[in-house]
Amino acid sequence: MESLHQGGESAVNEGLTVREIPIRDALQEAMSEEMRLDENVLLLGEEVGAYNGAYKCSKGMLDEFGSKRVIDTPIAENGFAGVGIGAAMCGLRPIVEFMTFNFSLVAIDQIINTAAKARLMSAGQLSVPITFRGAGGAAYQLGAQHANSFEQWYAYTPGLKVVCPSTPYDMKGLLKSSIRDDNPVCFFESELTYSMKGPVPEGEYTIPLGVADVKKEGSDITLISWSKNVFLTLEVANALEQQGISAEVLDLRTLRPLDEDAIFTSVAKTNRVLIIQEQHEMASFGAYISHLISTRIFDELDAPVGLVSSLDVPMPYSKSLESVILPSKDRCIEAALQVLR
Amino acid sequence: MDHELLCELYQRMLRIRRFEEEAARLYTERKIGGFLHLYIGQEAVAVGALSVLEKHDKVITAYRCHGHYLARGGSSKAGMAELLGKGTGCVEGRGGSMHFYDIDNNFYGGWGIVGAQVPLAAGLAFAQKYKEENGVTLCFLGDGAINIGPFHEGLSLASLWELPVVYLIENNEYAMGTPLEKTAPTEDLSIRALGYAMARETIDGHDIFDVRSKVHTAVQRAREHNQPTLIEVKTYRYRGHSMADPQKYRTREDVQERQQRDAILLLGQKLDELQMGDKRAQIEADIENEIQEAVEFAENSPFPDPATATNYTYIES
Repeated sequence: MESLHQGGESAVNEGLTVREIPIRDALQEAMSEEMRLDENVLLLGEEVGAYNGAYKCSKGMLDEFGSKRVIDTPIAENGFAGVGIGAAMCGLRPIVEFMTFNFSLVAIDQIINTAAKARLMSAGQLSVPITFRGAGGAAYQLGAQHANSFEQWYAYTPGLKVVCPSTPYDMKGLLKSSIRDDNPVCFFESELTYSMKGPVPEGEYTIPLGVADVKKEGSDITLISWSKNVFLTLEVANALEQQGISAEVLDLRTLRPLDEDAIFTSVAKTNRVLIIQEQHEMASFGAYISHLISTRIFDELDAPVGLVSSLDVPMPYSKSLESVILPSKDRCIEAALQVLR
Repeated sequence: MDHELLCELYQRMLRIRRFEEEAARLYTERKIGGFLHLYIGQEAVAVGALSVLEKHDKVITAYRCHGHYLARGGSSKAGMAELLGKGTGCVEGRGGSMHFYDIDNNFYGGWGIVGAQVPLAAGLAFAQKYKEENGVTLCFLGDGAINIGPFHEGLSLASLWELPVVYLIENNEYAMGTPLEKTAPTEDLSIRALGYAMARETIDGHDIFDVRSKVHTAVQRAREHNQPTLIEVKTYRYRGHSMADPQKYRTREDVQERQQRDAILLLGQKLDELQMGDKRAQIEADIENEIQEAVEFAENSPFPDPATATNYTYIES
């Protein structure tokens, strides 16, 4: 938890009272503030109302905004994603919560074929200001169908924006920007970090999409990650520090648009880079970043780009298997040392 | 009967018929690429249904969309130019045959994934109700769309949330080349509304007056009571599913039999019976002129500038 206080802009906004709040509250604040500002913002999804959200991210919102704007849906992701998209085409700004992004697959046609393409197909007559949000990635022993990291599937799609924050501060500021964005945004959270606390200033602030954040400065190697893996990456950096290696941790925060300059600036400084991702390696986002670095700033590299990914298998249930499949601290340290050799 | 209305309906149906015939010709000349799904035979459905809407009502359909676009007031020039992929097309060459949009006329396209427009229509109606616009959404779909999940999810939500939407199945008897008896367990398609506690209706799509009166009732039900309706219109397309379809699944006689009850033919005869033959001839000449001008406009228009290839991916917030 200490890692949340490190680095970048995430420390404080001067003059504002800073509290320690969990990510679920940061998300609730972001949504509630935006709904107070703009009556066209509404929330729909499974359990978002009376139940206060499957992960309690919408606690109290039904009471404050009523059932016209905080809407419990049946289990029909394609249906309610489609309703949200249609409503967004008419100027509303729906926030569609997927209990997890695993279930977004039954709505993926609406997200990709409708939301992402409406603007192009209508030659700019339509825009779709919608935010799809929910948990993504593996948590503890959820089994194969509830542990997918799908952010790169959406990051592949022109027309979408894809946001993968880590800290409570970033979650709040980026969710507010996502809701205000006139394009469809997929916003990824994690079951494992909803309770994680960190400093969040009182009141209004936003973080622009497409801006990465250096979570820890360093000079020997750049470690790149996003979403909850940023915390693993900070642990890896601290462990390397104890071996006298200065590692920089770059939190991408947004996959699309991608802050390429931040990547190139950091790698130009350290000349070595390791990407840590929860995806499988083949055709992955990490592989794309590796391609970017290798083709655009090849001369800056002192070693081949390193990449740590999940093993190439659907996620089994048992703890002993899950822990070797996901990137671990040890595997990352070993990979970093390989890059540093 | 209102003579002016009869002429208006005749003109609108004929506009679609001639537009589509010219499109077919241009397709065989390879001036139109991709898929081309013609609306020939079904004109009375779009024209009749849209003739009872108000301007602020919204319309959405699938990929066989030229007829709905034209019936909603879309320009035949911009439509033809779109088919030819020209920068002057209704969506500047970005959509093609399957993706016509005309938001100024509240025509919301033009969607290529079967059934996906059903939840979207509920979303348009959701916004109309949320903003208290007193508007209605009319959603067209084919008989091939009633077996896919989003159809059921959309109907379920429209009924649950009491949305002002009318779903209109254009049953032209074939899902591409597969006849209805192989895709649906009942001959009556609107029966599916029962599971969603939704009002339902069946219409003879060859009779434009039947279309008008029953769609009007459904639209009023949506506007005044926020109650959706599922309508089955029994219609028929004379051409293949698309231009690539050799139509081995039916005979020429099958089609000719249905053409005996062609809505344009019948309305033309009615105009003659009402001693309006001169007016009819004038309409036909006007439409011929309009469509030829549309073709000329499309052929003479420039293609989109390649420098604009990546436009319309994002909107600047």
